[in-house]
Amino acid sequence: MAEMLLRIYAISKRFGGLLAVDKASFNVRPGRITALIGPNGAGKTTLFAIISGFLTPDEGRIVYDGADITGAAPHMLARRGIARTFQIVQPFAGLTVRENIAVGAHLARPNRVDALAAAGEVAYAVGLGTQLEQSAATLTVAGRKRLELARALATKPRLVLLDEVLAGLNPSEIRDMVPVIRKIADWGVTILMIEHVMQAVMTLAEQVLVLAEGRIIAEGSPQQVAADRQVIEAYLGHGAAARMISGAGHG
Amino acid sequence: MKTYLPIFVVVAVLALVPFVTASNVVLNFLVVTLLIALAGQGWNLLGGYGGQYSFGHAAFFGTGAYVTAILQVQYGINAWFGLLIGIAAGALVGIVIGALSFRWGLRGSYFSLVTLAFAEVLRIVASVAPITGAGVGTLIKLDLRPEAFQFQSRAPFYWIALGLVGLSLIVVRGIENSRFGAYLVAIRENEDAARALGVDTFSVKLAAMIVSAAITAAAGCFYAQYFLFLDAAIAYGTWISIDALLAPIVGGVGTLFGPLLGALIIKMLGESTKLVTGGAPGLDLAIYGLLLIAVVGLAPRGIAGLLSALVPRRFRPPSDPEHHHG
Repeated sequence: MAEMLLRIYAISKRFGGLLAVDKASFNVRPGRITALIGPNGAGKTTLFAIISGFLTPDEGRIVYDGADITGAAPHMLARRGIARTFQIVQPFAGLTVRENIAVGAHLARPNRVDALAAAGEVAYAVGLGTQLEQSAATLTVAGRKRLELARALATKPRLVLLDEVLAGLNPSEIRDMVPVIRKIADWGVTILMIEHVMQAVMTLAEQVLVLAEGRIIAEGSPQQVAADRQVIEAYLGHGAAARMISGAGHG
Repeated sequence: MKTYLPIFVVVAVLALVPFVTASNVVLNFLVVTLLIALAGQGWNLLGGYGGQYSFGHAAFFGTGAYVTAILQVQYGINAWFGLLIGIAAGALVGIVIGALSFRWGLRGSYFSLVTLAFAEVLRIVASVAPITGAGVGTLIKLDLRPEAFQFQSRAPFYWIALGLVGLSLIVVRGIENSRFGAYLVAIRENEDAARALGVDTFSVKLAAMIVSAAITAAAGCFYAQYFLFLDAAIAYGTWISIDALLAPIVGGVGTLFGPLLGALIIKMLGESTKLVTGGAPGLDLAIYGLLLIAVVGLAPRGIAGLLSALVPRRFRPPSDPEHHHG
Protein backbone atom coordinates (compact mmCIF):
# COMPACT_ATOMS: atom_id res chain seq x y z
CA MET A 1 0.00 0.00 0.00
CA ALA A 2 1.33 3.39 -0.99
CA GLU A 3 2.14 5.88 1.79
CA MET A 4 -1.00 7.87 2.59
CA LEU A 5 -0.89 11.66 2.81
CA LEU A 6 -3.99 11.91 4.97
CA ARG A 7 -5.54 9.30 7.23
CA ILE A 8 -8.86 9.86 8.94
CA TYR A 9 -9.55 7.52 11.85
CA ALA A 10 -13.13 7.17 13.10
CA ILE A 11 -13.92 10.88 13.21
CA SER A 12 -17.18 11.86 14.90
CA LYS A 13 -18.72 15.27 15.38
CA ARG A 14 -21.93 16.03 17.19
CA PHE A 15 -23.88 19.30 17.16
CA GLY A 16 -26.30 19.00 20.07
CA GLY A 17 -28.59 16.12 19.17
CA LEU A 18 -27.35 15.86 15.60
CA LEU A 19 -24.55 13.44 14.80
CA ALA A 20 -23.09 15.21 11.78
CA VAL A 21 -20.12 12.90 11.27
CA ASP A 22 -20.31 9.34 12.55
CA LYS A 23 -17.02 7.44 12.84
CA ALA A 24 -15.89 8.34 9.35
CA SER A 25 -12.60 6.73 8.32
CA PHE A 26 -10.74 7.03 5.04
CA ASN A 27 -7.36 7.64 3.50
CA VAL A 28 -6.18 10.05 0.84
CA ARG A 29 -3.29 8.97 -1.35
CA PRO A 30 -0.74 11.58 -2.38
CA GLY A 31 -0.81 13.08 -5.84
CA ARG A 32 -4.35 11.96 -6.58
CA ILE A 33 -7.74 13.59 -6.92
CA THR A 34 -10.12 12.14 -4.37
CA ALA A 35 -13.76 13.17 -4.45
CA LEU A 36 -16.02 13.22 -1.43
CA ILE A 37 -19.64 12.96 -2.49
CA GLY A 38 -22.92 12.40 -0.75
CA PRO A 39 -26.45 13.76 -0.44
CA ASN A 40 -27.10 17.18 1.08
CA GLY A 41 -26.60 17.20 4.82
CA ALA A 42 -24.37 14.12 4.76
CA GLY A 43 -21.66 15.94 6.74
CA LYS A 44 -19.16 16.63 3.96
CA THR A 45 -18.54 20.27 4.79
CA THR A 46 -18.35 19.45 8.51
CA LEU A 47 -15.71 16.87 7.71
CA PHE A 48 -13.77 19.46 5.72
CA ALA A 49 -14.01 21.93 8.57
CA ILE A 50 -12.58 19.27 10.89
CA ILE A 51 -9.69 18.37 8.57
CA SER A 52 -8.79 22.04 8.07
CA GLY A 53 -8.90 22.78 11.80
CA PHE A 54 -11.99 25.01 11.91
CA LEU A 55 -13.84 22.44 14.01
CA THR A 56 -12.49 19.98 16.57
CA PRO A 57 -13.82 16.43 16.31
CA ASP A 58 -15.48 14.87 19.36
CA GLU A 59 -13.77 11.57 18.63
CA GLY A 60 -11.19 10.17 16.27
CA ARG A 61 -7.82 11.15 14.91
CA ILE A 62 -6.43 12.82 11.82
CA VAL A 63 -2.94 11.92 10.66
CA TYR A 64 -1.34 14.05 7.98
CA ASP A 65 2.05 13.24 6.55
CA GLY A 66 2.72 10.87 9.43
CA ALA A 67 1.87 13.38 12.19
CA ASP A 68 -1.24 13.60 14.33
CA ILE A 69 -2.87 16.94 13.53
CA THR A 70 -6.17 16.43 15.38
CA GLY A 71 -7.30 19.74 16.86
CA ALA A 72 -4.52 21.85 15.33
CA ALA A 73 -5.47 25.45 14.46
CA PRO A 74 -6.25 26.34 10.82
CA HIS A 75 -3.22 28.59 10.43
CA MET A 76 -0.90 25.86 11.71
CA LEU A 77 -2.36 23.42 9.20
CA ALA A 78 -1.98 25.95 6.41
CA ARG A 79 1.70 26.21 7.34
CA ARG A 80 1.99 22.43 7.14
CA GLY A 81 0.60 22.50 3.62
CA ILE A 82 -3.15 22.00 3.98
CA ALA A 83 -5.17 24.64 2.14
CA ARG A 84 -8.92 24.87 1.72
CA THR A 85 -11.54 26.76 -0.22
CA PHE A 86 -14.93 27.72 1.16
CA GLN A 87 -18.22 26.48 -0.25
CA ILE A 88 -19.66 29.93 0.38
CA VAL A 89 -16.92 32.05 -1.16
CA GLN A 90 -15.11 34.33 1.28
CA PRO A 91 -13.26 36.95 -0.76
CA PHE A 92 -11.51 39.88 0.89
CA ALA A 93 -14.06 42.10 -0.83
CA GLY A 94 -12.31 45.40 -0.22
CA LEU A 95 -9.07 44.24 -1.83
CA THR A 96 -8.04 43.67 -5.42
CA VAL A 97 -7.69 40.18 -6.88
CA ARG A 98 -3.91 40.49 -6.65
CA GLU A 99 -4.01 41.59 -3.00
CA ASN A 100 -6.39 38.73 -2.19
CA ILE A 101 -4.04 36.13 -3.61
CA ALA A 102 -1.00 37.81 -2.06
CA VAL A 103 -2.36 37.05 1.43
CA GLY A 104 -1.95 33.37 0.57
CA ALA A 105 1.39 33.94 -1.12
CA HIS A 106 2.72 35.63 2.01
CA LEU A 107 2.78 32.28 3.79
CA ALA A 108 5.99 31.37 1.99
CA ARG A 109 7.08 34.91 1.10
CA PRO A 110 7.51 37.50 3.85
CA ASN A 111 8.36 40.24 1.36
CA ARG A 112 5.42 42.28 0.08
CA VAL A 113 6.77 42.77 -3.44
CA ASP A 114 7.58 39.06 -3.83
CA ALA A 115 4.12 38.08 -2.61
CA LEU A 116 2.37 40.48 -5.01
CA ALA A 117 4.46 39.13 -7.89
CA ALA A 118 3.75 35.52 -6.94
CA ALA A 119 0.05 36.38 -6.72
CA GLY A 120 0.17 37.43 -10.37
CA GLU A 121 1.62 34.09 -11.43
CA VAL A 122 -1.02 32.11 -9.55
CA ALA A 123 -3.76 34.31 -11.00
CA TYR A 124 -2.65 33.51 -14.54
CA ALA A 125 -2.57 29.78 -13.72
CA VAL A 126 -6.24 29.78 -12.68
CA GLY A 127 -7.40 32.17 -15.40
CA LEU A 128 -7.70 35.39 -13.40
CA GLY A 129 -4.70 37.00 -15.07
CA THR A 130 -6.66 39.75 -16.76
CA GLN A 131 -8.56 40.75 -13.60
CA LEU A 132 -5.60 41.18 -11.27
CA GLU A 133 -6.10 44.85 -10.43
CA GLN A 134 -9.86 44.79 -10.14
CA SER A 135 -11.70 44.66 -6.85
CA ALA A 136 -12.63 41.17 -5.69
CA ALA A 137 -16.14 42.50 -5.02
CA THR A 138 -16.69 42.96 -8.76
CA LEU A 139 -15.98 39.31 -9.68
CA THR A 140 -18.72 37.02 -10.93
CA VAL A 141 -19.50 33.77 -9.10
CA ALA A 142 -17.14 31.91 -11.43
CA GLY A 143 -14.45 34.51 -10.80
CA ARG A 144 -14.89 34.23 -7.05
CA LYS A 145 -14.56 30.45 -7.20
CA ARG A 146 -11.32 30.87 -9.12
CA LEU A 147 -10.16 33.40 -6.55
CA GLU A 148 -10.81 30.89 -3.74
CA LEU A 149 -8.72 28.40 -5.65
CA ALA A 150 -5.96 30.90 -6.39
CA ARG A 151 -5.62 32.03 -2.78
CA ALA A 152 -5.41 28.43 -1.57
CA LEU A 153 -2.81 27.56 -4.22
CA ALA A 154 -0.73 30.62 -3.40
CA THR A 155 0.07 29.06 -0.02
CA LYS A 156 1.95 26.33 -1.96
CA PRO A 157 -0.06 23.51 -0.41
CA ARG A 158 0.56 19.78 -0.59
CA LEU A 159 -3.09 19.03 0.04
CA VAL A 160 -6.00 21.21 -1.06
CA LEU A 161 -9.54 20.72 0.13
CA LEU A 162 -11.92 22.04 -2.52
CA ASP A 163 -15.43 22.58 -1.19
CA GLU A 164 -17.76 22.65 -4.21
CA VAL A 165 -15.69 24.87 -6.44
CA LEU A 166 -18.01 24.00 -9.34
CA ALA A 167 -21.29 24.72 -7.55
CA GLY A 168 -23.24 27.63 -9.00
CA LEU A 169 -21.33 27.61 -12.27
CA ASN A 170 -23.02 27.19 -15.65
CA PRO A 171 -22.02 24.28 -17.92
CA SER A 172 -19.52 26.31 -19.93
CA GLU A 173 -17.90 27.68 -16.77
CA ILE A 174 -17.63 24.12 -15.46
CA ARG A 175 -15.94 23.08 -18.72
CA ASP A 176 -13.41 25.89 -18.19
CA MET A 177 -12.78 25.02 -14.56
CA VAL A 178 -12.25 21.24 -14.89
CA PRO A 179 -8.90 21.58 -16.71
CA VAL A 180 -7.73 24.04 -14.04
CA ILE A 181 -8.33 21.44 -11.33
CA ARG A 182 -6.60 18.79 -13.40
CA LYS A 183 -3.61 21.10 -13.91
CA ILE A 184 -3.29 21.57 -10.15
CA ALA A 185 -3.20 17.80 -9.68
CA ASP A 186 -0.59 17.54 -12.42
CA TRP A 187 1.65 19.85 -10.39
CA GLY A 188 1.68 17.11 -7.77
CA VAL A 189 -0.80 18.75 -5.38
CA THR A 190 -3.10 16.23 -3.72
CA ILE A 191 -6.75 17.19 -4.06
CA LEU A 192 -9.67 16.21 -1.87
CA MET A 193 -12.82 17.69 -3.34
CA ILE A 194 -16.43 17.86 -2.30
CA GLU A 195 -18.48 17.98 -5.46
CA HIS A 196 -22.06 17.58 -6.57
CA VAL A 197 -21.37 17.93 -10.27
CA MET A 198 -21.15 14.23 -11.09
CA GLN A 199 -19.87 14.70 -14.61
CA ALA A 200 -16.82 16.45 -13.15
CA VAL A 201 -16.38 13.84 -10.43
CA MET A 202 -16.46 11.05 -13.02
CA THR A 203 -13.84 12.69 -15.25
CA LEU A 204 -11.51 14.07 -12.55
CA ALA A 205 -11.50 11.77 -9.55
CA GLU A 206 -9.50 8.59 -9.29
CA GLN A 207 -10.95 7.73 -5.92
CA VAL A 208 -14.46 8.50 -4.73
CA LEU A 209 -15.68 8.45 -1.14
CA VAL A 210 -19.39 8.47 -0.44
CA LEU A 211 -20.63 10.00 2.78
CA ALA A 212 -24.23 9.54 3.89
CA GLU A 213 -25.65 10.45 7.29
CA GLY A 214 -22.15 11.05 8.57
CA ARG A 215 -20.77 7.64 7.58
CA ILE A 216 -18.58 6.56 4.72
CA ILE A 217 -20.83 4.07 2.92
CA ALA A 218 -18.73 3.33 -0.15
CA GLU A 219 -15.39 4.01 -1.69
CA GLY A 220 -13.67 3.08 -4.90
CA SER A 221 -13.29 4.21 -8.48
CA PRO A 222 -16.04 6.44 -9.87
CA GLN A 223 -17.48 3.53 -11.86
CA GLN A 224 -17.54 1.21 -8.84
CA VAL A 225 -19.23 3.81 -6.69
CA ALA A 226 -21.84 4.71 -9.32
CA ALA A 227 -22.93 1.09 -9.47
CA ASP A 228 -22.97 0.62 -5.71
CA ARG A 229 -26.35 -0.37 -4.33
CA GLN A 230 -25.96 1.55 -1.06
CA VAL A 231 -24.94 4.68 -2.91
CA ILE A 232 -28.00 4.61 -5.16
CA GLU A 233 -30.22 4.13 -2.12
CA ALA A 234 -28.54 6.96 -0.25
CA TYR A 235 -29.27 9.34 -3.09
CA LEU A 236 -32.62 8.10 -4.31
CA GLY A 237 -34.16 6.54 -1.22
CA HIS A 238 -34.75 3.11 0.22
CA GLY A 239 -35.60 0.47 -2.38
CA ALA A 240 -34.44 2.61 -5.29
CA ALA A 241 -31.64 0.22 -6.24
CA ALA A 242 -34.03 -2.72 -6.41
CA ARG A 243 -36.49 -0.74 -8.53
CA MET A 244 -33.73 0.35 -10.90
CA ILE A 245 -32.49 -3.19 -11.33
CA SER A 246 -35.98 -4.61 -11.86
CA GLY A 247 -36.74 -1.69 -14.19
CA ALA A 248 -33.65 -2.55 -16.19
CA GLY A 249 -34.80 -6.20 -16.26
CA HIS A 250 -38.16 -5.23 -17.75
CA GLY A 251 -36.62 -2.92 -20.29
CA MET B 1 11.27 55.32 -0.47
CA LYS B 2 8.78 56.67 -3.00
CA THR B 3 5.86 55.62 -0.83
CA TYR B 4 7.20 57.74 2.04
CA LEU B 5 7.50 60.89 -0.05
CA PRO B 6 3.97 62.22 0.67
CA ILE B 7 4.71 61.96 4.41
CA PHE B 8 7.87 64.02 4.12
CA VAL B 9 6.12 66.62 1.99
CA VAL B 10 3.17 66.99 4.36
CA VAL B 11 5.36 67.13 7.46
CA ALA B 12 7.78 69.60 5.85
CA VAL B 13 4.95 71.94 4.82
CA LEU B 14 3.34 71.78 8.27
CA ALA B 15 6.71 72.40 9.91
CA LEU B 16 6.76 75.87 8.29
CA VAL B 17 3.59 77.06 10.03
CA PRO B 18 5.34 78.60 13.10
CA PHE B 19 7.41 80.74 10.73
CA VAL B 20 4.26 82.09 9.13
CA THR B 21 2.31 82.82 12.31
CA ALA B 22 3.32 83.32 15.92
CA SER B 23 -0.31 83.44 17.04
CA ASN B 24 -0.75 81.33 20.15
CA VAL B 25 -4.37 80.72 19.26
CA VAL B 26 -3.46 79.21 15.90
CA LEU B 27 -0.56 77.17 17.26
CA ASN B 28 -2.59 75.95 20.20
CA PHE B 29 -5.35 74.87 17.83
CA LEU B 30 -2.84 73.04 15.64
CA VAL B 31 -1.09 71.35 18.57
CA VAL B 32 -4.41 69.97 19.81
CA THR B 33 -5.26 68.91 16.25
CA LEU B 34 -1.95 67.05 15.94
CA LEU B 35 -2.56 65.46 19.31
CA ILE B 36 -5.92 64.11 18.11
CA ALA B 37 -4.33 63.06 14.81
CA LEU B 38 -1.73 61.07 16.74
CA ALA B 39 -4.24 59.41 19.04
CA GLY B 40 -6.43 58.80 15.97
CA GLN B 41 -3.58 57.21 14.02
CA GLY B 42 -3.22 54.72 16.86
CA TRP B 43 -6.93 53.92 16.62
CA ASN B 44 -6.72 53.81 12.82
CA LEU B 45 -4.09 51.07 12.81
CA LEU B 46 -6.25 48.72 14.87
CA GLY B 47 -9.69 49.93 13.74
CA GLY B 48 -9.09 51.17 10.21
CA TYR B 49 -6.61 48.59 9.00
CA GLY B 50 -7.50 45.74 11.36
CA GLY B 51 -11.26 46.28 11.55
CA GLN B 52 -11.24 46.03 15.37
CA TYR B 53 -13.29 49.04 16.49
CA SER B 54 -12.13 50.12 19.91
CA PHE B 55 -14.35 52.44 21.96
CA GLY B 56 -11.76 52.64 24.69
CA HIS B 57 -8.55 54.12 23.36
CA ALA B 58 -8.68 56.42 26.39
CA ALA B 59 -7.18 53.47 28.26
CA PHE B 60 -3.91 53.93 26.37
CA PHE B 61 -4.02 57.72 26.19
CA GLY B 62 -4.65 58.00 29.91
CA THR B 63 -2.00 55.46 30.83
CA GLY B 64 0.62 57.29 28.78
CA ALA B 65 -0.41 60.61 30.31
CA TYR B 66 -0.51 59.41 33.92
CA VAL B 67 2.75 57.46 33.72
CA THR B 68 4.62 60.47 32.34
CA ALA B 69 3.09 62.76 34.96
CA ILE B 70 3.37 60.49 38.00
CA LEU B 71 6.97 59.54 37.24
CA GLN B 72 7.88 63.22 37.32
CA VAL B 73 5.75 64.35 40.22
CA GLN B 74 6.20 61.39 42.56
CA TYR B 75 9.57 60.00 41.52
CA GLY B 76 11.36 62.93 39.94
CA ILE B 77 12.05 61.09 36.74
CA ASN B 78 12.92 63.16 33.67
CA ALA B 79 9.94 63.90 31.42
CA TRP B 80 11.68 62.75 28.23
CA PHE B 81 12.46 59.43 29.83
CA GLY B 82 8.92 59.43 31.20
CA LEU B 83 7.63 59.81 27.65
CA LEU B 84 9.33 56.56 26.64
CA ILE B 85 8.10 54.73 29.74
CA GLY B 86 4.62 56.15 29.19
CA ILE B 87 4.56 54.77 25.65
CA ALA B 88 5.77 51.39 26.92
CA ALA B 89 3.14 51.41 29.67
CA GLY B 90 0.42 52.15 27.12
CA ALA B 91 1.66 49.24 25.01
CA LEU B 92 1.55 47.03 28.08
CA VAL B 93 -2.09 47.95 28.71
CA GLY B 94 -2.64 47.11 25.03
CA ILE B 95 -1.16 43.65 25.59
CA VAL B 96 -3.45 43.02 28.55
CA ILE B 97 -6.68 44.25 26.91
CA GLY B 98 -5.75 42.66 23.57
CA ALA B 99 -4.74 39.30 24.99
CA LEU B 100 -7.88 39.06 27.11
CA SER B 101 -10.35 40.11 24.44
CA PHE B 102 -8.78 38.37 21.44
CA ARG B 103 -8.05 35.16 23.34
CA TRP B 104 -11.75 34.83 23.99
CA GLY B 105 -12.53 35.56 20.37
CA LEU B 106 -14.39 38.83 20.94
CA ARG B 107 -15.31 40.40 17.62
CA GLY B 108 -17.30 43.36 16.37
CA SER B 109 -19.45 45.18 18.90
CA TYR B 110 -18.45 42.80 21.71
CA PHE B 111 -14.86 43.88 21.30
CA SER B 112 -15.92 47.54 21.21
CA LEU B 113 -17.91 47.22 24.42
CA VAL B 114 -15.12 45.42 26.25
CA THR B 115 -12.59 48.10 25.33
CA LEU B 116 -15.06 50.74 26.53
CA ALA B 117 -15.45 48.85 29.80
CA PHE B 118 -11.67 48.64 30.32
CA ALA B 119 -11.29 52.38 29.79
CA GLU B 120 -14.15 53.10 32.20
CA VAL B 121 -12.66 50.83 34.86
CA LEU B 122 -9.34 52.67 34.54
CA ARG B 123 -11.14 56.01 34.77
CA ILE B 124 -12.94 55.00 37.95
CA VAL B 125 -9.78 53.55 39.49
CA ALA B 126 -7.84 56.70 38.60
CA SER B 127 -10.52 58.87 40.17
CA VAL B 128 -10.04 57.24 43.59
CA ALA B 129 -6.44 55.96 43.61
CA PRO B 130 -4.10 58.15 45.74
CA ILE B 131 -1.22 57.86 43.25
CA THR B 132 -3.17 59.74 40.55
CA GLY B 133 -4.15 62.47 42.98
CA ALA B 134 -7.68 61.01 42.97
CA GLY B 135 -10.31 63.77 42.74
CA VAL B 136 -7.77 66.59 42.95
CA GLY B 137 -5.79 65.48 39.92
CA THR B 138 -2.09 65.60 39.14
CA LEU B 139 -0.33 68.87 38.54
CA ILE B 140 3.09 68.81 36.88
CA LYS B 141 5.36 71.52 38.26
CA LEU B 142 6.08 74.35 35.88
CA ASP B 143 9.71 73.99 34.78
CA LEU B 144 10.19 75.78 31.47
CA ARG B 145 13.34 74.05 30.30
CA PRO B 146 13.69 71.90 27.18
CA GLU B 147 15.41 69.25 29.34
CA ALA B 148 12.18 68.99 31.29
CA PHE B 149 10.07 68.73 28.10
CA GLN B 150 8.57 72.18 28.71
CA PHE B 151 8.98 75.25 26.55
CA GLN B 152 8.44 79.00 26.75
CA SER B 153 6.68 79.20 23.39
CA ARG B 154 4.23 76.98 21.59
CA ALA B 155 6.41 76.41 18.54
CA PRO B 156 8.68 73.69 20.01
CA PHE B 157 5.62 71.85 21.29
CA TYR B 158 4.14 72.13 17.83
CA TRP B 159 7.24 70.69 16.18
CA ILE B 160 7.43 67.85 18.68
CA ALA B 161 3.76 66.99 18.12
CA LEU B 162 4.36 67.16 14.39
CA GLY B 163 7.42 64.95 14.76
CA LEU B 164 5.39 62.35 16.64
CA VAL B 165 2.66 62.46 14.00
CA GLY B 166 5.30 62.11 11.27
CA LEU B 167 6.80 59.13 13.05
CA SER B 168 3.39 57.50 13.38
CA LEU B 169 2.77 58.08 9.66
CA ILE B 170 6.08 56.38 8.82
CA VAL B 171 5.30 53.43 11.10
CA VAL B 172 1.83 52.97 9.60
CA ARG B 173 3.10 53.33 6.02
CA GLY B 174 5.76 50.73 6.81
CA ILE B 175 3.06 48.39 8.11
CA GLU B 176 0.95 49.03 4.98
CA ASN B 177 3.83 47.74 2.85
CA SER B 178 4.53 44.66 4.94
CA ARG B 179 3.20 41.15 5.38
CA PHE B 180 1.94 42.14 8.81
CA GLY B 181 -0.14 44.91 7.22
CA ALA B 182 -1.51 42.59 4.55
CA TYR B 183 -2.51 40.08 7.22
CA LEU B 184 -4.12 42.81 9.31
CA VAL B 185 -6.26 44.00 6.39
CA ALA B 186 -7.11 40.39 5.53
CA ILE B 187 -8.43 39.93 9.08
CA ARG B 188 -10.56 43.06 8.69
CA GLU B 189 -11.99 41.77 5.42
CA ASN B 190 -12.63 38.16 6.46
CA GLU B 191 -11.17 36.54 9.51
CA ASP B 192 -11.97 32.93 8.62
CA ALA B 193 -10.53 33.22 5.14
CA ALA B 194 -7.38 34.71 6.66
CA ARG B 195 -7.04 31.79 9.08
CA ALA B 196 -7.36 29.31 6.24
CA LEU B 197 -4.46 31.04 4.49
CA GLY B 198 -2.12 30.61 7.43
CA VAL B 199 -2.74 33.89 9.26
CA ASP B 200 -2.36 33.57 13.03
CA THR B 201 -5.19 35.99 13.68
CA PHE B 202 -4.64 36.18 17.43
CA SER B 203 -0.99 37.20 17.13
CA VAL B 204 -1.61 39.66 14.31
CA LYS B 205 -4.47 41.39 16.15
CA LEU B 206 -2.48 41.48 19.37
CA ALA B 207 0.55 42.99 17.62
CA ALA B 208 -1.69 45.61 16.01
CA MET B 209 -3.21 46.38 19.41
CA ILE B 210 0.26 46.89 20.93
CA VAL B 211 1.46 49.30 18.23
CA SER B 212 -1.92 51.05 18.25
CA ALA B 213 -1.81 51.45 22.03
CA ALA B 214 1.77 52.74 21.93
CA ILE B 215 0.90 55.44 19.38
CA THR B 216 -2.17 56.60 21.31
CA ALA B 217 -0.18 56.50 24.57
CA ALA B 218 2.40 58.81 22.99
CA ALA B 219 -0.41 61.32 22.45
CA GLY B 220 -1.28 60.99 26.15
CA CYS B 221 2.34 61.59 27.23
CA PHE B 222 2.44 64.67 25.07
CA TYR B 223 -0.85 65.90 26.49
CA ALA B 224 0.51 65.69 30.03
CA GLN B 225 3.55 67.82 29.15
CA TYR B 226 1.54 70.33 27.15
CA PHE B 227 -1.26 71.00 29.64
CA LEU B 228 0.64 70.01 32.83
CA PHE B 229 -2.57 68.89 34.48
CA LEU B 230 -4.46 65.60 34.53
CA ASP B 231 -7.46 64.18 36.25
CA ALA B 232 -9.35 60.96 35.64
CA ALA B 233 -11.99 62.57 33.42
CA ILE B 234 -9.32 64.06 31.17
CA ALA B 235 -6.89 61.14 30.98
CA TYR B 236 -9.35 58.26 30.80
CA GLY B 237 -12.40 60.25 29.68
CA THR B 238 -14.59 59.16 26.79
CA TRP B 239 -13.78 62.43 24.98
CA ILE B 240 -10.45 61.05 23.80
CA SER B 241 -11.89 57.65 22.88
CA ILE B 242 -14.44 59.49 20.74
CA ASP B 243 -11.95 61.92 19.16
CA ALA B 244 -9.53 59.06 18.45
CA LEU B 245 -12.13 57.14 16.47
CA LEU B 246 -13.99 60.12 14.99
CA ALA B 247 -10.87 61.63 13.39
CA PRO B 248 -9.96 58.57 11.28
CA ILE B 249 -13.58 57.76 10.43
CA VAL B 250 -14.26 61.30 9.23
CA GLY B 251 -10.91 61.60 7.50
CA GLY B 252 -10.89 58.19 5.89
CA VAL B 253 -10.83 54.97 7.85
CA GLY B 254 -7.89 52.71 7.03
CA THR B 255 -6.09 55.41 5.07
CA LEU B 256 -2.71 56.84 6.01
CA PHE B 257 -3.68 60.51 6.15
CA GLY B 258 -7.27 59.93 7.31
CA PRO B 259 -6.62 60.66 11.01
CA LEU B 260 -4.73 63.89 10.27
CA LEU B 261 -7.36 65.10 7.82
CA GLY B 262 -10.19 64.10 10.14
CA ALA B 263 -8.60 65.69 13.19
CA LEU B 264 -8.33 68.97 11.29
CA ILE B 265 -11.98 68.81 10.26
CA ILE B 266 -13.46 67.88 13.63
CA LYS B 267 -11.32 70.41 15.50
CA MET B 268 -12.27 73.19 13.08
CA LEU B 269 -15.90 72.19 13.40
CA GLY B 270 -15.59 72.04 17.19
CA GLU B 271 -14.00 75.49 17.39
CA SER B 272 -16.51 77.12 15.06
CA THR B 273 -19.36 75.56 17.03
CA LYS B 274 -17.95 77.14 20.17
CA LEU B 275 -17.66 80.51 18.44
CA VAL B 276 -21.23 80.42 17.18
CA THR B 277 -22.92 79.05 20.28
CA GLY B 278 -20.60 80.53 22.86
CA GLY B 279 -19.69 77.11 24.18
CA ALA B 280 -23.10 75.65 25.03
CA PRO B 281 -22.22 72.47 26.90
CA GLY B 282 -22.55 69.23 24.92
CA LEU B 283 -23.36 70.94 21.66
CA ASP B 284 -20.01 70.03 20.12
CA LEU B 285 -20.81 66.37 20.83
CA ALA B 286 -24.19 66.75 19.13
CA ILE B 287 -22.44 68.26 16.11
CA TYR B 288 -19.95 65.39 16.11
CA GLY B 289 -22.85 62.95 16.15
CA LEU B 290 -24.44 64.59 13.12
CA LEU B 291 -21.09 64.65 11.35
CA LEU B 292 -20.54 60.97 12.05
CA ILE B 293 -23.98 60.09 10.66
CA ALA B 294 -23.31 62.20 7.56
CA VAL B 295 -19.91 60.62 6.94
CA VAL B 296 -21.01 57.03 7.51
CA GLY B 297 -24.11 57.56 5.38
CA LEU B 298 -22.72 59.66 2.55
CA ALA B 299 -19.00 58.97 2.43
CA PRO B 300 -18.22 55.66 4.14
CA ARG B 301 -14.57 55.95 3.13
CA GLY B 302 -14.30 59.40 4.68
CA ILE B 303 -12.91 62.58 3.19
CA ALA B 304 -9.89 60.70 1.82
CA GLY B 305 -12.30 58.40 -0.01
CA LEU B 306 -14.21 61.37 -1.43
CA LEU B 307 -10.98 62.95 -2.63
CA SER B 308 -9.81 59.80 -4.37
CA ALA B 309 -13.23 59.52 -6.06
CA LEU B 310 -12.67 63.00 -7.47
CA VAL B 311 -9.39 62.00 -9.12
CA PRO B 312 -10.08 61.89 -12.87
CA ARG B 313 -10.56 58.45 -14.32
CA ARG B 314 -7.58 58.63 -16.65
CA PHE B 315 -5.17 58.96 -13.74
CA ARG B 316 -6.32 55.66 -12.33
CA PRO B 317 -4.59 52.32 -12.82
CA PRO B 318 -5.68 50.31 -15.88
CA SER B 319 -8.33 47.56 -15.92
CA ASP B 320 -10.94 49.63 -14.14
CA PRO B 321 -13.56 47.13 -12.95
CA GLU B 322 -16.53 49.07 -14.31
CA HIS B 323 -15.14 48.83 -17.81
CA HIS B 324 -14.25 45.21 -17.68
CA HIS B 325 -16.50 42.43 -18.82
CA GLY B 326 -14.63 39.21 -19.06
